[in-house]
Amino acid sequence: MLRDNISKQDEGGGVTTSEILSVAETGGGSAVPLLEVDNLQVEFKTRDGVAKAVNGVSYSVSAGETLAVLGESGSGKSVTAQAIMGILDSPPGRVAGGEVRFHGRDILKMSDEERRKLRGDKMAMIFQDALSSLNPVYSVGDQLGEMFRVHRGMSKKDSKAKAIELMDRVKIPAAKARVGDYPHQFSGGMRQRIMIAMALALEPDLIIADEPTTALDVTVQAQVMDLLAELQREMNMGLILITHDLGVVADVADKIAVMYAGRIVETAPVHEIYKRPSHPYTRGLLDSIPRLDQKGQELYAIKGLPPNLLRIPAGCAFSPRCPKAQDICRTEIPALHPVTELDGTELPGRGSACHFWKDQIHG
Amino acid sequence: MGRYVARRLGQMVIVLIGATMVLFACLFVLPGDPVGSIAGSDKARDPAVVAELKARYGLDKSLPEQYVNYVSKVATGDLGEDFIQRREVSEILGPKLANTAKLALLAIALVTVFGMGVGIIAALYRYSILDMATTFFTTMAVGFPTFVIGMLLMKWFAVELQWFPQLGGDKLEGMVLPAVTLAITDIAFVARLTRGTMLEVLRADYVKTAVAKGLPRRRVLFKHVLRNSSIPVVTYLGISFGALLGGALITEAIFNWDGVGLALVQAIQQQNNPIVIGVVTYSVAIFVVLSLIVDLLYAALDPRIRLS
Amino acid sequence: MSELVKSPAIGDESPVPATPAAPEATPKQLTQWGEIRHRFVQNKLAVVGLVIISLLFITAIFGSMFTPYDPGAQDLENTLASPNAAHWMGTDALGRDMFSRLIAGTRVAMFVGLASIFFAVLIGVALGAIAGYFAGFADTLVMRIADVFLAFPLMIGAVVIILVTGRGITPVIISLAVFSWATVSRLLRSSILSVREMDYVHAAKALGASGGRIVRTHILPNSLTPVLVYATFNVGTTIIGVAALSFLGAGVPVDVPEWGNMLAAGQAFIGVHDYLWLYPSFFVVVTVLGFAFVGDGLRDALDPKLR
Repeated sequence: MLRDNISKQDEGGGVTTSEILSVAETGGGSAVPLLEVDNLQVEFKTRDGVAKAVNGVSYSVSAGETLAVLGESGSGKSVTAQAIMGILDSPPGRVAGGEVRFHGRDILKMSDEERRKLRGDKMAMIFQDALSSLNPVYSVGDQLGEMFRVHRGMSKKDSKAKAIELMDRVKIPAAKARVGDYPHQFSGGMRQRIMIAMALALEPDLIIADEPTTALDVTVQAQVMDLLAELQREMNMGLILITHDLGVVADVADKIAVMYAGRIVETAPVHEIYKRPSHPYTRGLLDSIPRLDQKGQELYAIKGLPPNLLRIPAGCAFSPRCPKAQDICRTEIPALHPVTELDGTELPGRGSACHFWKDQIHG
Repeated sequence: MGRYVARRLGQMVIVLIGATMVLFACLFVLPGDPVGSIAGSDKARDPAVVAELKARYGLDKSLPEQYVNYVSKVATGDLGEDFIQRREVSEILGPKLANTAKLALLAIALVTVFGMGVGIIAALYRYSILDMATTFFTTMAVGFPTFVIGMLLMKWFAVELQWFPQLGGDKLEGMVLPAVTLAITDIAFVARLTRGTMLEVLRADYVKTAVAKGLPRRRVLFKHVLRNSSIPVVTYLGISFGALLGGALITEAIFNWDGVGLALVQAIQQQNNPIVIGVVTYSVAIFVVLSLIVDLLYAALDPRIRLS
Repeated sequence: MSELVKSPAIGDESPVPATPAAPEATPKQLTQWGEIRHRFVQNKLAVVGLVIISLLFITAIFGSMFTPYDPGAQDLENTLASPNAAHWMGTDALGRDMFSRLIAGTRVAMFVGLASIFFAVLIGVALGAIAGYFAGFADTLVMRIADVFLAFPLMIGAVVIILVTGRGITPVIISLAVFSWATVSRLLRSSILSVREMDYVHAAKALGASGGRIVRTHILPNSLTPVLVYATFNVGTTIIGVAALSFLGAGVPVDVPEWGNMLAAGQAFIGVHDYLWLYPSFFVVVTVLGFAFVGDGLRDALDPKLR
């Protein structure tokens, strides 16, 4: 698995966000990452003003790699994904700045038609709620086959055969018999498999999965996640996994970006974040996972609520909820610093947008 | 699906039996004098004539007998003889039915084209001048009853501009004003409904999926949005068509259109009960049948209904 | 059509959530009403509608004290007079003052419209509550009866009753109510069915509230909202119905000063004496819009989600 490729290679004292983030994959060998998001900004016009949903987000994903984007609802994780896909609701949403480079080309500068052709074919998305994300009045076979008819110009008959093939591939029993069934006739797990099949139909280079297992029963979650990881490995696709569930992340992700109020507050290779978080928000998220070995103790919860995007607090957006906030946190927005060992040794791929990251990771 | 159709057919029969009983109760059980109008006014009434008339129209039998008699005749299409011309009711109503149907077809065509068209455009260009004009039109239209619309249209387009005849004839131009009169309010309702459901469907997750699949905008709209948002609209259109076919009393009266609605109005003024019974029975039946068709159409359009 | 109204299953045995019942404290309700009032007042059309309705009520109650003429008095020297200083809205073919007749007509329209809606709601709520609460056979029976009445187009059904009873104010009220209650029943039934599945009702049950109390404090108040909105909105529709019946010669007696009667009389003069039907039309349109605006405003204020 590629996640093992995260090497401990040393890098020069990179300072910009995207450099920090591209550390891991430059180590992997390929020159240009599959997808680079650079200082992306997304705004929503509302009646009460402009909401800055995404405020300078940068991350990158390489082929075969899995990036988990973690955050509460409203953190901007889904909006970033929709901006990458080009499916923002606009108006009211619009990309206000930044670049999204796919195979090295800025897709934000492409024509609508060019981007449309990328969607579904080169980059695809899996949504959270498969029941509402599949059209209720068309059979699953029709909706799967549509990918081949529209992007490959296949006939109805050929596309149906392809749909059956896909359903087999995502392990839906009796695919041939069920190809004419409608979404509501499938179980939740089977429906999500169909969503996955649809996203993978044309073997895209990049998959964005927005909370793909949140709506599923716990018992089914693991199966669906395993299937997704397996297919990703087979096709060597880049995967952006958007989730609020740290449990899901541990098994499948290579690296993590934690988002809060439209910014990335921490990035790290997946296993390190559990051991040594470098941002108080990440710490809080980890502490609020119920643990069996702490039975009887009161569960930790981050106090307060995520900020209103129309009135993001001055300074660090997390400061009002942060147990360790100082005066500087309320005035100065912390940049995403590279995170190092005490002796100055680089920790590749690690970054923290906390003024006191040193205390957090080493303290 | 088969069981669903069977159940709905059963319900339809029950409703039809119920409706004929209500009608029958109104006309024969409530105080009133069905023979009065033909036998002449009370003082000049000859008991022998009354008895003969009662026998002729079966009014001397017991109520249940009369009801069974009426229903069994109606079921075979026999509506009896009317009181005034002494002709078969079905014979009198036949050509009138055709006239009403012509008007209803033109009206429903106008409603479908303009109502859905305006609604779709308003939804796609939300907050545009056109959308706001649509909202204004649909808000105001509820206040304008058919008789006001009809009279206004007649004043403007028949009396002043003289584009169309004042009273409907057999020609197409005579149909325009009554059809528009019938259509305007429904155009407003359908436009409002279409706009509302379109906006709702446009926000649906599966539309986002369709866009994310890289489908061209036209395909997203015509395949994924329109089919879903047409479901409630088709329902409304079907029911509305049923009501139109049942006879547009006011419009037909204003434009003197020789349909079942006008026939009913005249029959009521002349207390010509067989015609009244005939028109009302027909009108209820057509409405119930249309409701059934709409339900089946609904099931055809929405697999969630069809397959549950 | 009954298949189109999907309601949750009856007698649901779903697990009862262990949340406490919704607080029923008075201050909470006050703020809730305050919020509703606030939303209503924010809606300009609703306020316009409220002003219209208020004026209509005042006119209906006190208007006849101030009209310049007796609405039935004929001035045969002065028939079909165009609007002038003596007769602001002219006189009709029998020389009666149009303005006085229109004011008198307001009382008839308001009385008949409100009375019909009142009886329709009375019957509809009673039967709808039975259907929604008792379910089973009672439900089926009531709904089939409702289907029967819904199968009659309003005008056609009403006309049949008037045919038997003869013209008059009471027959008009009865005939309109008889063919309108079914919609109210339908509305109330389906809203009861959905409210009784709400979490707060389950919660109240779990806390041991009695069946009667649950119906009184939770189910009925919350289910009546759509009925209230429907009733308000449909006063206007019913007033159209009254006028339409008279227009067809099957409403209130010809000599009663009523908008539909006046419209019917004016119809013959289209293009010649338009004021004869334009003024009554104006009264009808404004009245109907007034109730429609208030109905819409109420709906939006009571349940912003419905927008």
